Amino acid sequence: MFSHLAILQVVVPLMGAPACFMLGKARLTWLMSLLISVVTCAISIGLLLQVYQQGPISYALGGWQAPWGIEYRIDIINAYMLLIVSAMGALVLLAAKDTALTDIDEHRRPLFYVAYLLCLAGLLGIAATGDAFNVFVFLEISSLSMYCLIALNKDRRALWAAFRYLIVGTIGATFILIGIGYLYMMTGTLNMQDLAQRLPAIADNNAVISAYAFIMVGVGLKLALFPLHYWLPNAYTHAPNLVTAFLAATATKVAVYLVIRFNFFVFSPSWADFIQLGNHVLLILGSVAVLWASWIAIRQTDIKRLLAYSSVAQIGYMVMGIGMSSLLSLQASLLHLFNHALMKGGLFLVLATIALRLGSVDTSQLRGLAQRMPLTFWAFVIGGLSLIGMPATAGFISKWYLVQAAIEQQSWLLVAVVLAGSALAAIYVWKVVEVFWFTDKNTASNTRHLSQPQVPVTMSIAMWLLIIANVYFGIDTRLPVTLSEMGAQLLSGAS
Amino acid sequence: MEYSLALQILILLPVLLVPAIVLTKNSPNMREAVSLAGGVVLLCLAIFCYQSLASEQPTQVTWLEILPGLSLSFLIEPYGVLFALVASFLWIVTTLYAIGYMRGHNESNQTRFYACFAIAITGVMGVAMAENLFTLFLFYELLTLSTYPLVTHAGNDKAKTGGRIYLSILLGTSILLLLPAIIITWSLTGTLSFQQGGILSQLDSPVLTSVLLVLFVFGIGKAALMPVHRWLPAAMVAPTPVSALLHAVAVVKAGVFSLLKVCGFIFGGDLLASLDVTQWLLYLAGVTIIISSLIAMRQDNLKARLAYSTVSQLSYITLGALLATSLSLTGGAMHIAMHAFGKITLFFCAGAIYVACHKTQVSELRGLGKQMPVTMVAFFIGSLSIIGLPPAGGTWSKWYLVMSTIDASQWFLLVALMLSSLLNIVYLLSIPVQAFMPVKNNPVQGIKEAPLFSLGAIVVTSLGCIWLFVQPQWLLDLIQQ
Repeated sequence: MFSHLAILQVVVPLMGAPACFMLGKARLTWLMSLLISVVTCAISIGLLLQVYQQGPISYALGGWQAPWGIEYRIDIINAYMLLIVSAMGALVLLAAKDTALTDIDEHRRPLFYVAYLLCLAGLLGIAATGDAFNVFVFLEISSLSMYCLIALNKDRRALWAAFRYLIVGTIGATFILIGIGYLYMMTGTLNMQDLAQRLPAIADNNAVISAYAFIMVGVGLKLALFPLHYWLPNAYTHAPNLVTAFLAATATKVAVYLVIRFNFFVFSPSWADFIQLGNHVLLILGSVAVLWASWIAIRQTDIKRLLAYSSVAQIGYMVMGIGMSSLLSLQASLLHLFNHALMKGGLFLVLATIALRLGSVDTSQLRGLAQRMPLTFWAFVIGGLSLIGMPATAGFISKWYLVQAAIEQQSWLLVAVVLAGSALAAIYVWKVVEVFWFTDKNTASNTRHLSQPQVPVTMSIAMWLLIIANVYFGIDTRLPVTLSEMGAQLLSGAS
Repeated sequence: MEYSLALQILILLPVLLVPAIVLTKNSPNMREAVSLAGGVVLLCLAIFCYQSLASEQPTQVTWLEILPGLSLSFLIEPYGVLFALVASFLWIVTTLYAIGYMRGHNESNQTRFYACFAIAITGVMGVAMAENLFTLFLFYELLTLSTYPLVTHAGNDKAKTGGRIYLSILLGTSILLLLPAIIITWSLTGTLSFQQGGILSQLDSPVLTSVLLVLFVFGIGKAALMPVHRWLPAAMVAPTPVSALLHAVAVVKAGVFSLLKVCGFIFGGDLLASLDVTQWLLYLAGVTIIISSLIAMRQDNLKARLAYSTVSQLSYITLGALLATSLSLTGGAMHIAMHAFGKITLFFCAGAIYVACHKTQVSELRGLGKQMPVTMVAFFIGSLSIIGLPPAGGTWSKWYLVMSTIDASQWFLLVALMLSSLLNIVYLLSIPVQAFMPVKNNPVQGIKEAPLFSLGAIVVTSLGCIWLFVQPQWLLDLIQQ
């Protein structure tokens, strides 16, 4: 049983999806999928413990040994990613009780859970596999189900947003496929570890360089890396609220993981000059993303869209960490993966709660929210403070490491970028807080009558777990710091 | 009781009062009793910590290690005890005052007011007792955030604008300047603990240390050195008890206190004296003293006038911190207490006048002395303390500061201090003097003194000013330990 954990991690949600489809009833499907996601989460904890104690796990799929068969390889970074994705998946699903899905037609709600589990399986698969082609397969599984999830929203604009994401995502996936194809052509292998051993010998080959470029652009599209991010704000804004929470907390994180995996493991700065160039490009794009997207976020009036642009900016931080490519900066990047999942997961759940009660997340409708929903308001403030990077929140920790990494390289400009991003975040978070805080006599009384169904208890629990986690992991940082440190050491050992 | 336990309760007590305050929101008497009782216990704890200084072992508590080598820890040391004593004593007085003011004025959201106030006091205690820069930074930010609801208490557009300026300057400076300064210090030295003689002293790069000093001095926006002083006048939209305790004592003193700690225990006097940039910053402090006094003269709004006066007085302490000789540090630290008592008295008087007769402009106060004699006498005493004349406590701190400028041959600063005293006389003392002038056609009728609670608070703080003049010795002993 325990030796099969690596494959169970993916198979459980993958098989769970059709099982849920058979059930048909929304409430039943929810319970079933919740059970599955909790089991998945438990498996990821088990895997993490195993890896932490015994080192990397290699699992040969179907008994076919690597590099010929498909290998599932779980090292500390994989385990860390699996934990983030499965935990966030379970928490968002906890919130996604069928009565909370008011923005999805009733007869489509069971489908939500099916697509959700498929998407979860895909994302977990990417994080678990050690095979480059398998990455592509799981990427497609997760992407296709993600398009469905977005399109489930009653709002017709969701269709258009999903379609745009579909086009962009497909181009990205195709690029990745081309890149992997080139690599296979040059080396005759698809196993990532095997690739890492064979590639240095042909480092100067143009096909290898093009493969790298294709993969980076493809992953950059999935990652919503500036300037390839245009699909993201629309997708986040028009997706059903809980889908946005799931998307923000997991999908882009997995894409960041792919960048790290390809930049420091399959390829490596130690033997390929073009990686260094690539890292420079990433550094520049990440910095621009931080500043530019934060700036755009300030001007948004729809809070979902505001947070979506904020996500683009926060992705910029992670990419900056990758671009600086030092031990400390990689650790900062990995830390921010974790912390940002907590912040954005938490904040989008807060928004989902607000939307459920008031039916809107446009700033003009939410004046005086602090009086009507004080607890939810405080949840937003705490999540927002974490986003800004106030001390004693998770956001502070990742910012601390990132600034330290920049100081270590004496690049004061990057220090300024990180801090400016933080200051801009303070502006856009506070813009929302201000709207909530001050009452406007006209709208305050009107919207009260619009108050819609009661918020399910599970949703409040999930929201508060995430919000409290933001504070908890800002104070007791042992788990993420230890894991990210081990991860960063592994990566720089490989490079 | 163990000293270390007292130290932890000192920091946690105010924030633990918040649930009690919220739970008793339906019975205002209970709610305010909770605040008052909390204040008294807090003062007792502060006094207890004061006694611990006599023992051999310094009392230190480490809560947890947030990052390797970076811990949340607290230490009882003289400056911190001084600050904690002043703040906890004045918290009681301010709560008394606030009871009269908030009820007399029928303010809404009073529960929120008392709750946020308590959180802010936790921020102050944390800053006072912080063992390292990181802990200090954490509570510094807590103080900024918890005072935002107090500043914007009125909830109107003016409050919104004021709150925006308040938050953007305080958060902006702390994120953009103070935080990098802290992280750079950490990368360079590997520690953030306050140590005698400073932790940057072995550093061999004057350029880097100069940059760091500038980052710290402006990053601690609460010290209100020009040009980052704008938040203080903006914060005057707050109810008067808030202006009194937070913007004459807690928040601004947290700023200059942080500056004292940074200059004394991160840089150290020798290093500061060797840097060219220190001289420029000293000039800037001198300029701030004079210019803000001049601005204060032109303010007709009483609270605005007091706010600019505070900006000017804060630079006294900044000056003391930057000179970083033992004389100037003593003067600066003493001025924390002296100015606190003097300025809180003045703010209390301003609030009492507002509650009693809804006057906010200085020009309207002529002849008010007859109706409100106690308030105006208190205003007189408070002004004396700010100016630095006997028989008020401000005399001593000014004495030490002036001595230190002579000692360091800083003639410009000496002139600035002297000039500022003259300007203080003009813009502060003129108010009570005019109030007691006989007015020919007396239009003000039926004005009485402010509610009894408020009046009591005013009397206590103005007597405090005089007491500090008569009994400054314990303060000196405390600081020079």
